[in-house]
Amino acid sequence: MKQRHLRLLLVLALVALAAVGLTACGSDDSKSDSTSTADGASTETTTTASDAGGAIVSNAANGKVTLTIGSKNFTEQKVLGEIYAQALQAAGYTVKKQLNLGDEQTALKTLKQGDIDAYPEYTGTALLSFFGVKTDALPHDPAAAYDEVKADFAKQDLVALPPTPFTSSNEVAVTQATAAKYGLKNISDLAKVADQLTLYGSPECRQRLDCLLGLQKTYGLKFKKFVPVDLSQRSKVLSGGQADVSIVFTTDPQNKRDKFVLLKDDKGMFPPYNSTLVVRKASFDKAGPDLATTIEAVNAKLDAAVVQELNARIDLDKETPEQAAGEYLKQFGFVK
Amino acid sequence: MSTPLAILGIFGDAIDFIFNAREARTGGAEVGGLGEFASLTGKHLLVTVAAVGLASLVALPLGLYLGHKRRGGFLAVSVSNVGRAVPSLVLIALFIAFLGVGFANVALALALLAIPPILTNAYVGVTQVDRDVIDAAVGQGLTDGQVMRQIELPLALPLIFGGLRTSVVNVIATATIAPIAGVVTLGDPIISQSVYGDAGKLAAAIVVALLAVVAEVGLGAAQRAVTPAPLRGTPGATRRGRFFVKTAGKGLSTS
Repeated sequence: MKQRHLRLLLVLALVALAAVGLTACGSDDSKSDSTSTADGASTETTTTASDAGGAIVSNAANGKVTLTIGSKNFTEQKVLGEIYAQALQAAGYTVKKQLNLGDEQTALKTLKQGDIDAYPEYTGTALLSFFGVKTDALPHDPAAAYDEVKADFAKQDLVALPPTPFTSSNEVAVTQATAAKYGLKNISDLAKVADQLTLYGSPECRQRLDCLLGLQKTYGLKFKKFVPVDLSQRSKVLSGGQADVSIVFTTDPQNKRDKFVLLKDDKGMFPPYNSTLVVRKASFDKAGPDLATTIEAVNAKLDAAVVQELNARIDLDKETPEQAAGEYLKQFGFVK
Repeated sequence: MSTPLAILGIFGDAIDFIFNAREARTGGAEVGGLGEFASLTGKHLLVTVAAVGLASLVALPLGLYLGHKRRGGFLAVSVSNVGRAVPSLVLIALFIAFLGVGFANVALALALLAIPPILTNAYVGVTQVDRDVIDAAVGQGLTDGQVMRQIELPLALPLIFGGLRTSVVNVIATATIAPIAGVVTLGDPIISQSVYGDAGKLAAAIVVALLAVVAEVGLGAAQRAVTPAPLRGTPGATRRGRFFVKTAGKGLSTS
């Protein structure tokens, strides 16, 4: 009897262990997922923001303020972190960097603990992951999304600086040949031909409103087939010809190099994912007005094309984020 | 205090997720519930059966033949070792890159994972058969084929099943990565955590773990059923001496 009990216990323990083990494996995946959400979803709002008056002026008084800039662990974030770090350095601050903080939960935790003073976050991601907003309740206007994020962050003693012009969101991409063959410009143009086309997307795409589910509900599209693949395959399946339509990100460098056609979201389905630098209230007050001015100035030129080029230089041309950020600041005359 | 309670809370939530559908974390869709889990489990088992079936078709005849000839031990062992060293994630990634995605490719990739234990165990099982028994069989005029079918195969069955069990459990666990290659298995809630939430992720993990245990126990029972009676004796029974008591009893009644 005793032995049987022991065996039952052992089996239960094994089930629990295996479950926990699998969950742990899962969290690795979810890390890349959250990355995707960060990159994922929406409209192109390329604004020509005000030129904030040329080169950044160094203020000697800022030297005693040390700012640690963080970022999450993927290319676009790292280059944003570098741009902010180098710009703030140019403004006279003493700057440290922590540009590999994992997913947004890790980054936020690090920020709240005070190990970093600021990191860039996407408005859509903040609303979804931090503030419990459901995808179908996300504002579709970038300004409204930023206002909501700013108010929510303020409750946690965090300051969200004005966002970038670029939004890093999901895009419905086809090859030039497919676009020409079916005459595709807007997502709604897919309606007549979707039943002949195979759509590829990440596994979670199937049930997301900013992905397949939204395409079905908002646009009424019924694709011939949906094939889930790993996120890293999003461009390859399209250029390789397996996919007729693939879900990519706005700032993917491959979009330009492979000449993908990004269909216009004519029904406004994708929520905004502009990037805002989130700063601790204490650090913000300590740093003085130059912080916000500097960030706003360098943000102004960060439109989708520029960020795509920055990503391309790092992912495809193998530059470091540091080099790419430096070139950006020089190119637009922020530093000499 | 709160930590164990919290853990229990998540487990409770996960079990609820298996039985009752709820709104996805990202909104707009219903996820979880018995219906969805039944279809995910179905696909999971289908790809597992396909993979292990395919692996058995290749590995069993090869292992039996090599064992019968008592040749190629090096091959059987090194295939096994190399096979186990390749992470299945890499295997799947390679398959996506070179063959594309879809049910057949995932089944093929998982089959490669399933082959080593089956092959090694079949080989070892056959080579372990007592040489004298085979000599006696050959002496009685049994052909090569008959020796393989009637002597070696039955005597090797316990080990062959051991290999199958290992493979099945491996494949069940690994099939959770199939959703990144176009096959929606129980791995979907684990991978798409942003949609299913923590409860969904844990729920799927629990179901996968249960499947593995059920497969292990079920195959164990099947193994016992097909093993020739004199070889059967469960370890538990022998330890308690039941096996000997039974044979002793038999001996008494016949005498």
